[in-house]
Amino acid sequence: MSSAAAGWLQLGLLVAALAACYLPLGNYMAHVFTTDRHWRLERGIYRLIGINPDNDQKWGAYARSMLAFSAISVLFLYGIERLQSYLLLSEGMKNVPPALAWNTAASFVTNTNWQNYSGESTMGYLTQMSGLAVQNFMSAAVGIVVAIALVRGFMRSKTDRLGNFWVDTTRITIRYLIPLAVIGGIILMAGGVIDNIASYHTVTTLSGAHQTIPGGPVASQEVIKQAGNNGGGFFNANSAHPFENPSPFTNWFEIFLILVTPFALTRTFGKMVKDTRQGFALLAVMVVLWLAAVGGISFFESHYNAGGATAAQVAHGATEGVETRFGTAGCSLFAASTTVTSTGAVNCSHDSLTPFGGGITLADMALGEVVPGGVGAGLYGMLVLAIVTVFVGGLMVGRTPEYIGKKIRPAEMKYAALYFLTTPATVLAGTGLSIGLRVPRASILNPGPHGLTEILYAFTSMANNNGSAFAGLATNTYWYNTVGGIVMLVARFAPMIFVLGLGGSLARQQPVPASAGTMETHKPLFVGMLIGVILVLIGLTYFPALALGPFAEGLH
Amino acid sequence: MRRQMNRLPGYVRQHIAALRGIVVFTVLTGIIYPLAMLAVAQTAFHDKANGSLVTYHGRIIGSSLLCQEFVSAKGAPLPQYFQPRPSAATSGASNDYGCDPLYSGASNLGPNNPKLIAQIKARQKQVSAFDHVPISNIPPDAVTASGSGLDPDISPANAAIQVDRVAAARHITPAQVEALVKEYTTGRALGILGEPVVNVLLLNRALDEKYPV
Repeated sequence: MSSAAAGWLQLGLLVAALAACYLPLGNYMAHVFTTDRHWRLERGIYRLIGINPDNDQKWGAYARSMLAFSAISVLFLYGIERLQSYLLLSEGMKNVPPALAWNTAASFVTNTNWQNYSGESTMGYLTQMSGLAVQNFMSAAVGIVVAIALVRGFMRSKTDRLGNFWVDTTRITIRYLIPLAVIGGIILMAGGVIDNIASYHTVTTLSGAHQTIPGGPVASQEVIKQAGNNGGGFFNANSAHPFENPSPFTNWFEIFLILVTPFALTRTFGKMVKDTRQGFALLAVMVVLWLAAVGGISFFESHYNAGGATAAQVAHGATEGVETRFGTAGCSLFAASTTVTSTGAVNCSHDSLTPFGGGITLADMALGEVVPGGVGAGLYGMLVLAIVTVFVGGLMVGRTPEYIGKKIRPAEMKYAALYFLTTPATVLAGTGLSIGLRVPRASILNPGPHGLTEILYAFTSMANNNGSAFAGLATNTYWYNTVGGIVMLVARFAPMIFVLGLGGSLARQQPVPASAGTMETHKPLFVGMLIGVILVLIGLTYFPALALGPFAEGLH
Repeated sequence: MRRQMNRLPGYVRQHIAALRGIVVFTVLTGIIYPLAMLAVAQTAFHDKANGSLVTYHGRIIGSSLLCQEFVSAKGAPLPQYFQPRPSAATSGASNDYGCDPLYSGASNLGPNNPKLIAQIKARQKQVSAFDHVPISNIPPDAVTASGSGLDPDISPANAAIQVDRVAAARHITPAQVEALVKEYTTGRALGILGEPVVNVLLLNRALDEKYPV
């Protein structure tokens, strides 16, 4: 069988597996967030935290609980990193320097998992497992619960209450993320991912040289790194590392883990607003744009002449930075899936992709991580864009701007506009400053337009909480550590506040009955318009920067 | 205690709840969960969980998941062994030729970087001279670095161009080497996932076992 045919069958198998899990997982999450019954374990947790689980919060209180939890999480993680040499299982690793510890703490709490360090030479086992991996769970949970609070804005009427942050966070962690991680982790172990706490040991190789073999509790972290759309690798090489991703099967399964929850959350949304067709419409938008990304990257990596890669033409194949066992198809499918979600794990070097293939990974992130986006973050981002679309539709054809029975008034549009503007503002400001200043510019590895792409990619990745890198850029510097940490926090939490505000504003409204003037938001027309709005918004925002980077390189 | 807490301002109470929250969740997801998974790994998947280690005459020589370098003390490739892909996983020290698991990673050189193009051309020349094959016959994986720098595999095409040289160095027939290559070639998983590969360390160990130099 040809590589291309095998690649398409691999994609087909993935689509089938995702489709099979869509209804059960989506329905299950809707149940988790709507049932009145607390588990005994959960009651114990509420008592330990000291909160009343039946206290329904206003949007402001919900946001303050979320921000307090995240702020304390940053401090807690920063503390573990700074003190790791005094803790158990440090494996001789030194305390992480302040700027790097700040960047890493911000990075993991914001679900970005941008990494300015290499795991095998910086982080001890305890830091990985009780510091970084905890945020793999919690940042994913926070993303999901903010999306659910927004969905409650559509569900509820004439109330100012959106649910309880602690209850939502505890439930999604206990009832969904941990069980998923246990099952997925065992499958990864069976596939050969390592999981031990053995010290690094040196062996004499077959030809008599020496090699140090690292260890670590990898499988338990790898699974939630993918399923929580975190992406922070245990090792520097991330999911290209054979200890994290040993075989074509684990590669396929990790891609499945990346996509399964963000897609299923559209079902959760449809179920919760009692109109599952609305969930399918959002799913359709996500699937179309995801498949376009997969097709585009696969095409340019296998047709590297069209992709504009001189090195691949000389070598007769775009294999630089690609593992033999995954091949071009495994690399392309992973690269598309990790950048359209906010995962950012990598199984091949994105810096070495063809200019157009790499350009698509960049554009994927610039889409704002909504197709399907990060766990939770993708859903709320898509809902904001749906609101913008009904507003645009209202302007174009004179329809009443309504979505899921709620009017889109100036207050809602202000929240939506603020939400949309935050990310591009941080990306373009960060990129502009880094190109304009001498010191950050010196971090560029590759000459020409590719160098601009490296910096643009870095800020797009951080601001969209993706975390993948054009890793040639040397970012473990005071500038990128400090500014990057700020960019990640602002671009994660400012939009979350706007989303919760939007939810609060929607919840106060009385539902409006659908009339002849209401646009039907479950029909193909709306799906097409939503795709159009996404592409136009992104195109207008990023086109000049993309033209100077990947387009200029690919068309040279 | 509870009454005292209620007297504190709201933002202080929120942060105390947050601190308790992060401690509770650290215990759950950062200690209980990974240790339970570790126990499963060490009992049910002992060999895999410890890195799929490979032994030769009773001593551990590496992992079947990690490439190793087969070079002389001066860094010249040893003709009696199949050679892995070029590797960017190196400390940069002059005697570290790659496949160093302490420095996993790719070259990250861009697709039009003159440095990468020069590297590929130099490797093509070297392979062409070492294996006596024309440059047009050299498969791409033989002249490009992998994503991890630790890629344990080479493509069957890459193995094929090395067969004659290995056979000559071991004074055996190419057919004998080809038979072993075939034995250590793995096809696509389920027929469709990934690419066919040859595991270099397992192949070289089998060569040493069967046809010692």
